[in-house]
Amino acid sequence: MSQTTSTDRIPGLEERTRRGPVLRKGVGVSPSGWFDPRGRTIGSWAFAANRITGLGLVFYLYLHLGVLTMLLVGESMWNDFVELATNTVFLLLDVLLIFGILFHGLNGVRVALVGTGIVPDRQKALFWAFTVIGTLLLVYAAIHVLGGE
Amino acid sequence: MQTATDQRPAEATETRRFHVFRYKRGDKASRFDTFDVPLPSRMTLLDALKWIQLHRDPSLMLRHSCYHASCGTCGVRVNGREVLMCVTDVHDLGLDITVEPIANVPVLADLVVDMEEFYARFPDEYPYVRSSEFNPEASAPDGIPAYIRYEDCIECGLCLSACPIAATTDRYVGPAALAAAQRMLEEPRGADTAELLDWADEPDGVWRCHAAFECSEACPSNVNPAARIMALRGVLVGGAFVTPDRMEEAR
Repeated sequence: MSQTTSTDRIPGLEERTRRGPVLRKGVGVSPSGWFDPRGRTIGSWAFAANRITGLGLVFYLYLHLGVLTMLLVGESMWNDFVELATNTVFLLLDVLLIFGILFHGLNGVRVALVGTGIVPDRQKALFWAFTVIGTLLLVYAAIHVLGGE
Repeated sequence: MQTATDQRPAEATETRRFHVFRYKRGDKASRFDTFDVPLPSRMTLLDALKWIQLHRDPSLMLRHSCYHASCGTCGVRVNGREVLMCVTDVHDLGLDITVEPIANVPVLADLVVDMEEFYARFPDEYPYVRSSEFNPEASAPDGIPAYIRYEDCIECGLCLSACPIAATTDRYVGPAALAAAQRMLEEPRGADTAELLDWADEPDGVWRCHAAFECSEACPSNVNPAARIMALRGVLVGGAFVTPDRMEEAR
Protein backbone atom coordinates (compact mmCIF):
# COMPACT_ATOMS: atom_id res chain seq x y z
CA MET A 1 0.00 0.00 0.00
CA SER A 2 1.51 3.31 -1.06
CA GLN A 3 1.99 6.23 1.27
CA THR A 4 -0.13 9.32 0.45
CA THR A 5 1.31 11.69 3.03
CA SER A 6 3.59 13.53 0.64
CA THR A 7 2.75 17.21 0.76
CA ASP A 8 2.50 17.45 -3.01
CA ARG A 9 -0.51 15.11 -2.91
CA ILE A 10 -2.59 17.17 -0.49
CA PRO A 11 -5.48 18.56 -2.53
CA GLY A 12 -5.42 22.33 -2.80
CA LEU A 13 -2.12 22.75 -0.95
CA GLU A 14 -0.54 24.77 -3.72
CA GLU A 15 -3.48 27.19 -3.81
CA ARG A 16 -3.46 27.56 -0.04
CA THR A 17 0.22 28.38 0.17
CA ARG A 18 0.23 30.81 -2.74
CA ARG A 19 0.60 34.50 -1.82
CA GLY A 20 -2.80 36.14 -1.86
CA PRO A 21 -3.67 39.27 -3.81
CA VAL A 22 -2.43 42.61 -2.48
CA LEU A 23 -5.15 45.23 -2.64
CA ARG A 24 -3.96 48.66 -3.72
CA LYS A 25 -5.74 51.93 -3.57
CA GLY A 26 -6.05 53.55 -6.92
CA VAL A 27 -7.57 53.00 -10.31
CA GLY A 28 -5.98 50.69 -12.85
CA VAL A 29 -2.36 49.79 -12.33
CA SER A 30 -1.10 49.89 -8.74
CA PRO A 31 1.22 52.94 -8.99
CA SER A 32 -1.92 55.08 -9.33
CA GLY A 33 -2.50 54.55 -5.59
CA TRP A 34 -1.01 57.93 -4.78
CA PHE A 35 -3.80 59.59 -6.75
CA ASP A 36 -6.81 57.69 -5.40
CA PRO A 37 -9.02 60.39 -3.87
CA ARG A 38 -11.34 57.97 -2.03
CA GLY A 39 -11.29 58.55 1.69
CA ARG A 40 -8.24 60.79 1.57
CA THR A 41 -7.57 63.83 3.71
CA ILE A 42 -5.99 67.20 2.97
CA GLY A 43 -2.42 65.92 3.24
CA SER A 44 -2.94 63.42 0.43
CA TRP A 45 -4.69 65.97 -1.75
CA ALA A 46 -1.74 68.31 -1.31
CA PHE A 47 0.67 65.47 -2.06
CA ALA A 48 -1.21 64.47 -5.24
CA ALA A 49 -1.59 68.08 -6.39
CA ASN A 50 2.12 68.64 -5.78
CA ARG A 51 2.97 65.74 -8.08
CA ILE A 52 0.55 66.88 -10.78
CA THR A 53 1.75 70.48 -10.71
CA GLY A 54 5.33 69.20 -10.74
CA LEU A 55 4.67 67.16 -13.86
CA GLY A 56 2.90 70.15 -15.39
CA LEU A 57 5.86 72.44 -14.67
CA VAL A 58 8.30 69.96 -16.21
CA PHE A 59 6.08 69.78 -19.29
CA TYR A 60 5.93 73.58 -19.41
CA LEU A 61 9.72 73.87 -19.12
CA TYR A 62 10.26 71.78 -22.23
CA LEU A 63 7.41 73.54 -24.02
CA HIS A 64 8.98 76.87 -23.14
CA LEU A 65 12.37 75.79 -24.47
CA GLY A 66 10.67 74.57 -27.64
CA VAL A 67 8.87 77.88 -28.09
CA LEU A 68 12.11 79.81 -27.62
CA THR A 69 13.63 77.97 -30.58
CA MET A 70 11.30 80.09 -32.73
CA LEU A 71 13.82 82.86 -32.20
CA LEU A 72 16.23 80.85 -34.29
CA VAL A 73 13.76 80.80 -37.17
CA GLY A 74 13.32 84.52 -37.39
CA GLU A 75 11.89 87.71 -35.99
CA SER A 76 8.60 87.58 -37.86
CA MET A 77 7.75 84.10 -36.55
CA TRP A 78 8.50 85.19 -33.01
CA ASN A 79 6.36 88.30 -33.39
CA ASP A 80 3.49 86.20 -34.73
CA PHE A 81 3.77 83.91 -31.72
CA VAL A 82 3.84 86.82 -29.26
CA GLU A 83 0.67 88.17 -30.82
CA LEU A 84 -0.97 84.76 -30.43
CA ALA A 85 0.27 84.45 -26.86
CA THR A 86 -1.45 87.65 -25.79
CA ASN A 87 -4.99 86.47 -26.54
CA THR A 88 -7.28 85.64 -23.64
CA VAL A 89 -6.96 81.86 -23.86
CA PHE A 90 -3.17 82.02 -23.61
CA LEU A 91 -3.37 84.53 -20.78
CA LEU A 92 -5.69 82.18 -18.87
CA LEU A 93 -3.09 79.45 -19.39
CA ASP A 94 -0.54 81.87 -17.93
CA VAL A 95 -2.74 82.20 -14.84
CA LEU A 96 -2.92 78.40 -14.65
CA LEU A 97 0.87 78.29 -14.88
CA ILE A 98 1.17 80.81 -12.05
CA PHE A 99 -1.19 78.67 -9.97
CA GLY A 100 1.04 75.64 -10.59
CA ILE A 101 4.18 77.55 -9.64
CA LEU A 102 2.61 79.01 -6.50
CA PHE A 103 1.10 75.74 -5.32
CA HIS A 104 4.21 73.67 -6.02
CA GLY A 105 6.54 76.23 -4.48
CA LEU A 106 4.52 77.01 -1.37
CA ASN A 107 3.68 73.35 -0.77
CA GLY A 108 7.38 72.59 -1.14
CA VAL A 109 8.14 75.10 1.60
CA ARG A 110 5.41 73.52 3.76
CA VAL A 111 6.82 70.03 3.28
CA ALA A 112 10.34 71.28 3.98
CA LEU A 113 9.24 72.97 7.21
CA VAL A 114 7.43 69.84 8.34
CA GLY A 115 9.90 67.34 6.94
CA THR A 116 12.98 68.79 8.58
CA GLY A 117 11.36 68.54 11.97
CA ILE A 118 10.96 72.31 12.41
CA VAL A 119 7.17 72.00 12.75
CA PRO A 120 6.61 68.24 12.49
CA ASP A 121 3.00 68.39 13.63
CA ARG A 122 1.65 71.51 11.92
CA GLN A 123 1.09 70.34 8.36
CA LYS A 124 -2.61 71.25 8.26
CA ALA A 125 -2.16 74.72 9.74
CA LEU A 126 0.67 75.39 7.29
CA PHE A 127 -1.45 74.12 4.39
CA TRP A 128 -4.23 76.58 5.13
CA ALA A 129 -1.83 79.43 5.84
CA PHE A 130 -0.05 78.90 2.52
CA THR A 131 -3.41 78.49 0.77
CA VAL A 132 -4.39 81.98 1.90
CA ILE A 133 -1.02 83.43 0.86
CA GLY A 134 -1.09 81.59 -2.48
CA THR A 135 -4.65 82.69 -3.23
CA LEU A 136 -3.82 86.35 -2.58
CA LEU A 137 -0.73 86.13 -4.80
CA LEU A 138 -2.70 84.35 -7.53
CA VAL A 139 -5.46 86.97 -7.52
CA TYR A 140 -2.86 89.74 -7.69
CA ALA A 141 -1.04 88.01 -10.56
CA ALA A 142 -4.26 87.23 -12.43
CA ILE A 143 -5.39 90.87 -12.28
CA HIS A 144 -2.06 91.97 -13.74
CA VAL A 145 -1.89 89.25 -16.42
CA LEU A 146 -5.49 89.57 -17.59
CA GLY A 147 -5.57 93.32 -17.08
CA GLY A 148 -2.59 93.82 -19.36
CA GLU A 149 -0.43 95.58 -16.76
CA MET B 1 -36.07 26.09 14.62
CA GLN B 2 -34.84 29.60 13.90
CA THR B 3 -37.10 31.91 11.89
CA ALA B 4 -36.24 35.04 9.97
CA THR B 5 -37.85 37.09 12.74
CA ASP B 6 -35.61 35.44 15.34
CA GLN B 7 -32.58 36.56 13.40
CA ARG B 8 -33.33 40.27 13.77
CA PRO B 9 -31.80 42.00 16.77
CA ALA B 10 -34.61 42.74 19.25
CA GLU B 11 -34.85 46.50 18.73
CA ALA B 12 -33.78 46.62 15.05
CA THR B 13 -35.71 49.29 13.19
CA GLU B 14 -33.65 49.85 10.03
CA THR B 15 -31.21 48.06 7.78
CA ARG B 16 -27.88 48.77 6.14
CA ARG B 17 -26.62 47.21 2.92
CA PHE B 18 -23.10 45.75 3.20
CA HIS B 19 -20.86 44.99 0.23
CA VAL B 20 -18.22 42.68 1.60
CA PHE B 21 -14.96 41.72 -0.14
CA ARG B 22 -14.70 37.97 -0.67
CA TYR B 23 -11.70 35.92 -1.66
CA LYS B 24 -10.55 32.41 -0.81
CA ARG B 25 -7.26 30.80 -1.68
CA GLY B 26 -7.56 29.25 -5.09
CA ASP B 27 -10.24 31.67 -6.29
CA LYS B 28 -9.48 33.08 -9.72
CA ALA B 29 -10.76 36.50 -8.73
CA SER B 30 -12.17 38.33 -5.76
CA ARG B 31 -15.77 39.54 -5.61
CA PHE B 32 -18.14 41.51 -3.40
CA ASP B 33 -21.12 39.85 -1.70
CA THR B 34 -24.08 41.95 -0.63
CA PHE B 35 -25.88 41.53 2.70
CA ASP B 36 -28.73 43.50 4.27
CA VAL B 37 -28.19 43.77 8.01
CA PRO B 38 -30.88 44.88 10.50
CA LEU B 39 -29.59 47.55 12.84
CA PRO B 40 -30.40 47.94 16.50
CA SER B 41 -29.89 51.36 18.08
CA ARG B 42 -26.22 50.55 18.76
CA MET B 43 -24.11 48.32 16.56
CA THR B 44 -20.43 48.30 15.71
CA LEU B 45 -19.08 47.23 12.36
CA LEU B 46 -17.69 44.11 14.03
CA ASP B 47 -21.14 43.29 15.42
CA ALA B 48 -22.62 43.68 11.92
CA LEU B 49 -20.07 41.42 10.25
CA LYS B 50 -20.43 38.81 12.96
CA TRP B 51 -24.19 38.99 12.42
CA ILE B 52 -23.59 38.25 8.73
CA GLN B 53 -21.29 35.40 9.71
CA LEU B 54 -23.87 33.97 12.11
CA HIS B 55 -27.05 34.45 10.10
CA ARG B 56 -26.11 34.73 6.43
CA ASP B 57 -22.74 33.25 5.56
CA PRO B 58 -20.65 31.26 8.06
CA SER B 59 -17.81 31.07 5.55
CA LEU B 60 -17.11 34.81 5.90
CA MET B 61 -13.64 35.15 7.41
CA LEU B 62 -12.68 38.03 9.64
CA ARG B 63 -10.20 38.51 12.44
CA HIS B 64 -10.81 40.11 15.81
CA SER B 65 -10.00 39.67 19.45
CA CYS B 66 -10.32 42.33 22.15
CA TYR B 67 -13.42 44.39 21.14
CA HIS B 68 -11.88 47.62 22.47
CA ALA B 69 -9.22 48.89 20.02
CA SER B 70 -6.40 47.33 21.94
CA CYS B 71 -5.35 44.25 19.98
CA GLY B 72 -5.26 45.82 16.49
CA THR B 73 -6.47 42.68 14.75
CA CYS B 74 -9.78 43.89 13.28
CA GLY B 75 -8.51 46.56 10.90
CA VAL B 76 -10.37 46.87 7.58
CA ARG B 77 -11.22 49.53 5.02
CA VAL B 78 -14.76 50.86 5.05
CA ASN B 79 -15.87 53.01 2.15
CA GLY B 80 -12.17 53.55 1.42
CA ARG B 81 -11.10 54.55 4.93
CA GLU B 82 -9.09 52.47 7.39
CA VAL B 83 -10.87 51.67 10.66
CA LEU B 84 -10.93 49.17 13.50
CA MET B 85 -14.21 47.28 13.20
CA CYS B 86 -14.70 47.01 16.95
CA VAL B 87 -14.94 50.77 17.58
CA THR B 88 -16.71 51.88 14.39
CA ASP B 89 -20.41 52.69 14.72
CA VAL B 90 -22.37 51.40 11.74
CA HIS B 91 -24.79 54.33 12.04
CA ASP B 92 -21.98 56.68 10.97
CA LEU B 93 -21.27 54.85 7.72
CA GLY B 94 -24.20 55.66 5.44
CA LEU B 95 -26.74 53.32 3.86
CA ASP B 96 -24.35 51.44 1.55
CA ILE B 97 -21.24 50.17 3.29
CA THR B 98 -18.30 48.65 1.43
CA VAL B 99 -15.94 46.58 3.55
CA GLU B 100 -12.52 45.54 2.23
CA PRO B 101 -9.33 44.16 3.79
CA ILE B 102 -6.56 46.65 4.50
CA ALA B 103 -4.36 47.44 1.50
CA ASN B 104 -0.66 46.87 0.74
CA VAL B 105 -0.39 43.47 2.48
CA PRO B 106 -1.51 40.13 0.97
CA VAL B 107 -5.05 38.91 1.54
CA LEU B 108 -5.34 35.47 3.15
CA ALA B 109 -9.10 35.14 2.90
CA ASP B 110 -12.01 37.59 2.78
CA LEU B 111 -11.18 40.34 5.30
CA VAL B 112 -8.15 38.61 6.80
CA VAL B 113 -4.68 39.70 5.66
CA ASP B 114 -1.24 38.19 6.13
CA MET B 115 0.53 40.48 8.60
CA GLU B 116 3.91 38.80 8.17
CA GLU B 117 4.98 41.35 5.54
CA PHE B 118 3.93 44.15 7.89
CA TYR B 119 6.07 42.83 10.78
CA ALA B 120 8.98 42.13 8.45
CA ARG B 121 9.33 45.88 7.87
CA PHE B 122 10.32 46.59 11.45
CA PRO B 123 14.03 46.82 12.26
CA ASP B 124 15.19 43.35 13.21
CA GLU B 125 16.38 43.78 16.78
CA TYR B 126 14.90 46.90 18.26
CA PRO B 127 11.13 46.63 18.65
CA TYR B 128 11.23 43.58 20.90
CA VAL B 129 10.61 43.98 24.59
CA ARG B 130 13.66 45.53 26.10
CA SER B 131 15.48 44.02 29.02
CA SER B 132 14.19 46.77 31.29
CA GLU B 133 10.61 45.76 30.46
CA PHE B 134 11.05 42.01 30.51
CA ASN B 135 9.39 40.09 33.29
CA PRO B 136 11.38 36.86 33.69
CA GLU B 137 8.44 35.20 35.40
CA ALA B 138 6.08 35.82 32.48
CA SER B 139 5.84 32.98 30.02
CA ALA B 140 4.89 33.49 26.39
CA PRO B 141 1.88 31.57 25.01
CA ASP B 142 2.43 28.36 23.06
CA GLY B 143 3.77 28.98 19.59
CA ILE B 144 5.06 32.47 20.40
CA PRO B 145 8.80 32.55 21.16
CA ALA B 146 8.76 35.97 22.84
CA TYR B 147 6.56 38.97 23.48
CA ILE B 148 6.73 41.87 21.05
CA ARG B 149 5.76 45.40 21.90
CA TYR B 150 5.78 48.68 20.00
CA GLU B 151 4.64 51.10 22.72
CA ASP B 152 1.37 52.81 21.75
CA CYS B 153 1.37 51.09 18.39
CA ILE B 154 -1.10 48.20 18.31
CA GLU B 155 0.35 46.84 15.05
CA CYS B 156 -2.99 47.03 13.26
CA GLY B 157 -1.43 47.96 9.90
CA LEU B 158 -3.94 50.74 9.19
CA CYS B 159 -1.13 53.26 8.66
CA LEU B 160 0.53 51.08 6.05
CA SER B 161 -2.81 50.60 4.29
CA ALA B 162 -3.52 54.34 4.25
CA CYS B 163 -0.05 55.38 3.06
CA PRO B 164 -0.06 56.53 -0.60
CA ILE B 165 3.63 55.70 -0.93
CA ALA B 166 3.17 52.14 0.30
CA ALA B 167 0.54 51.88 -2.45
CA THR B 168 3.25 52.39 -5.05
CA THR B 169 6.16 50.36 -3.65
CA ASP B 170 6.69 47.44 -1.29
CA ARG B 171 10.24 48.59 -0.56
CA TYR B 172 9.17 51.48 1.68
CA VAL B 173 9.45 50.30 5.28
CA GLY B 174 6.34 52.25 6.15
CA PRO B 175 5.00 54.44 8.94
CA ALA B 176 4.66 51.88 11.75
CA ALA B 177 8.26 50.69 11.56
CA LEU B 178 9.63 54.24 11.36
CA ALA B 179 7.45 55.35 14.26
CA ALA B 180 8.78 52.42 16.29
CA ALA B 181 12.33 53.48 15.45
CA GLN B 182 11.64 57.07 16.49
CA ARG B 183 10.08 55.87 19.74
CA MET B 184 13.20 53.82 20.45
CA LEU B 185 15.34 56.85 19.66
CA GLU B 186 13.25 58.93 22.00
CA GLU B 187 13.88 56.55 24.88
CA PRO B 188 16.86 54.38 23.93
CA ARG B 189 17.48 52.70 27.32
CA GLY B 190 20.95 51.77 26.23
CA ALA B 191 20.11 50.80 22.63
CA ASP B 192 22.54 51.68 19.82
CA THR B 193 20.82 54.75 18.40
CA ALA B 194 23.45 55.32 15.72
CA GLU B 195 22.70 51.95 14.19
CA LEU B 196 18.98 52.68 14.39
CA LEU B 197 19.47 56.02 12.62
CA ASP B 198 21.48 54.26 9.90
CA TRP B 199 18.57 51.88 9.42
CA ALA B 200 16.13 54.79 9.07
CA ASP B 201 18.44 56.93 6.93
CA GLU B 202 17.78 55.09 3.69
CA PRO B 203 15.99 55.99 0.45
CA ASP B 204 13.28 53.48 1.40
CA GLY B 205 13.33 54.65 5.02
CA VAL B 206 12.37 58.12 6.23
CA TRP B 207 13.21 59.74 2.90
CA ARG B 208 10.58 57.75 1.01
CA CYS B 209 7.80 59.45 2.98
CA HIS B 210 6.13 62.26 1.02
CA ALA B 211 4.34 63.83 3.97
CA ALA B 212 0.76 63.03 3.01
CA PHE B 213 0.03 62.39 6.71
CA GLU B 214 -2.56 59.71 5.93
CA CYS B 215 -0.91 57.37 8.44
CA SER B 216 -1.60 59.74 11.30
CA GLU B 217 -5.18 60.22 10.10
CA ALA B 218 -5.71 56.45 10.06
CA CYS B 219 -3.91 55.60 13.32
CA PRO B 220 -6.44 54.57 16.00
CA SER B 221 -3.88 54.64 18.79
CA ASN B 222 -2.44 58.17 18.91
CA VAL B 223 0.95 57.06 17.65
CA ASN B 224 0.96 59.90 15.09
CA PRO B 225 3.47 58.08 12.84
CA ALA B 226 3.88 60.96 10.38
CA ALA B 227 5.03 63.43 13.03
CA ARG B 228 7.43 60.77 14.31
CA ILE B 229 8.85 60.30 10.83
CA MET B 230 9.29 64.05 10.54
CA ALA B 231 10.96 64.19 13.96
CA LEU B 232 13.26 61.37 12.84
CA ARG B 233 14.16 63.38 9.75
CA GLY B 234 14.82 66.36 11.97
CA VAL B 235 17.37 64.33 13.90
CA LEU B 236 18.93 63.03 10.68
CA VAL B 237 19.38 66.50 9.20
CA GLY B 238 21.31 67.44 12.30
CA GLY B 239 18.61 68.57 14.66
CA ALA B 240 19.76 72.15 14.08
CA PHE B 241 16.26 73.34 13.23
CA VAL B 242 14.38 71.33 15.82
CA THR B 243 13.45 73.17 18.95
CA PRO B 244 12.79 71.09 22.08
CA ASP B 245 9.15 72.20 22.38
CA ARG B 246 8.40 71.15 18.80
CA MET B 247 9.94 67.74 19.44
CA GLU B 248 7.82 67.46 22.55
CA GLU B 249 4.69 68.17 20.51
CA ALA B 250 5.76 65.64 17.90
CA ARG B 251 5.77 63.03 20.63
